Amino acid sequence: MLGPSGSGKTTLLRVIAGLNAPDRGRVYFDGQDATNLPVQDRRVGFVFQNYALFKHRTVGDNIAYGLNVRPRHSRPSREQIRARVAELLKFVQLESLGSRYPSQLSGGQRQRVALARALAIEPRVLLLDEPFGALDARVRKDLRRWLREVHKETGLTTIFVTHDQDEAMELADRVVVLNEGSIEQIGTPSEIYDQPVSPFVISFVGEAVALPVNVEAGRVTFGDRTLHIDTHGLRSGPARVFFRPADIAVATNGAGELEGRVESLRRTPAGVRATIAIDGYDQTLEIDSPLDQAAALGDRVPLSLANARIFTVSDTKTDYVDAGEGI
Amino acid sequence: MTSPTLAGRHARRFKAPSVIPGFGVTFGYTLLYLGLVVLFPLATLVWRSSGLGLSGLYQIALEPRVAASLQTTFAVSFLAAGIDLFFGLIAAWTLTRYQFPGRRLLDAFVDLPFALPTAVAGISLAALYAPNGWFGAPLADLGVKIAFTRWGILVALVFIGLPFVVRTVQPIIAELETELEEASATLGASRLQTVVRVLLPPLVPALLTGFALAFARGVGEYGSVIFISGNIAYVSEIAPLLIIEKLEQYDYAGATGIATIMLAISFVALLVINLIQAWSRKRFGHV
Repeated sequence: MLGPSGSGKTTLLRVIAGLNAPDRGRVYFDGQDATNLPVQDRRVGFVFQNYALFKHRTVGDNIAYGLNVRPRHSRPSREQIRARVAELLKFVQLESLGSRYPSQLSGGQRQRVALARALAIEPRVLLLDEPFGALDARVRKDLRRWLREVHKETGLTTIFVTHDQDEAMELADRVVVLNEGSIEQIGTPSEIYDQPVSPFVISFVGEAVALPVNVEAGRVTFGDRTLHIDTHGLRSGPARVFFRPADIAVATNGAGELEGRVESLRRTPAGVRATIAIDGYDQTLEIDSPLDQAAALGDRVPLSLANARIFTVSDTKTDYVDAGEGI
Repeated sequence: MTSPTLAGRHARRFKAPSVIPGFGVTFGYTLLYLGLVVLFPLATLVWRSSGLGLSGLYQIALEPRVAASLQTTFAVSFLAAGIDLFFGLIAAWTLTRYQFPGRRLLDAFVDLPFALPTAVAGISLAALYAPNGWFGAPLADLGVKIAFTRWGILVALVFIGLPFVVRTVQPIIAELETELEEASATLGASRLQTVVRVLLPPLVPALLTGFALAFARGVGEYGSVIFISGNIAYVSEIAPLLIIEKLEQYDYAGATGIATIMLAISFVALLVINLIQAWSRKRFGHV
């Protein structure tokens, strides 16, 4: 589940876990209605952003907690619990730290203890609430790779909440994009990247340039220029064209749909990165071009669009209507 | 001065170097004030009673009336601190964990026993619990007598000691993240298991501190107790009152004797509580 802070991802996760009650709607686990099931009986493995480890218990005791609190008749024996804890410690690569206290561990280690504790109860679903939020970039990367392996080994359905699109795209088979309390899109990472259904999705996931345009009788105009975009019968009126920075290039045949001015040039290993101001648009773009086709500073260059999506601006000005892909 | 001696001096430094200067001054003040305000009066007390000798103190302690009053004082204080521990924890939890209208007002009420002159508290409680008082009358109908018995002392000490527990436990409860309870619940623990296994252990050191403070206050309490207890010898007479009585009879040796005995018992009791606390901090206090 991907979304900016305050978009409702954590709330949704907590509803699934049973920590919050939904105002409407129902929660199903494998087709079984779990809406009224108390959190204790849902068997969810929940990993909190701040780990929520029991500070007065050792790492081993933390992991064993879910087994120790079971009613006597279903509680494993001491030896079984000890064996399970050892197995989990090995699984999270903390074999030698079972007798330490959480305060003696690093952030990444604590996160792994929290995960081991959640896995100990053999949950039906693993819920991770921004688990890497408080860690530095390098540890995050390692844990991300590791988590993929955990997922492969356990085969557990895992719901991972994050505001980091790279994390979401790298980890997920399916991404749910949330904004202001509602789901914008559900899809595979490539669907989210290539077929974003709303302006929010396209601008939140990856960079996007938004050009204010006008649609009239199937013709899209930006200022006094015409853009060759299929409007799919979009109704007339103001609209917005979105495209990725990578989808705009300096037109090699000399005639482009847009025109810009080269503001600055920088050398990159592969060629030249030009900062270009598009006429009629208040932000600049960076466009990479090979060395031999580099424009000079101050040049006016024609620009061509390879791929764009157009959304109309509705009456409320915040809603957009999908008009499908252009060009 | 050669550098080796300098290094040697540094190695044996009394305190670690710090960015804030003034250790000497503050340490001196601490010693001076502790000495002047606490140790000097206590030393005088011990010195005044030293004329009695250990056997003299023993004799005083064995005097039936003194023994009864000491027993009343310490037993009732202990019981009152225990009651405060229980209800103080609940009050602290409610005031810290829940948001409700009037919370701040209620929170301010907790401090009233601190602020109220103890005599006022004693007179109010005595009026309430007297056989013709608002609480005392219905209780008397049930055959329960509170005022002018040991129960009266208990009521007064519970009243006086409550803020100590609430105020020491509150900040620790505020530090406990709600996620701890939630994590415990997702792992399948019942509510009772969550309270006993997750929430209480980190609170133990603070609870013990609160208990010790309430107990110590109870032992030393005078003003509120004498109005409600009725001061019946052998039944509801507290040791501090006996001291006053001895002083009024110019029996200074007797008074200081009782005081010294109280001091010794209090010191031992507090020391034991502190040791338990140190142990619990080690056991539960990994923060």
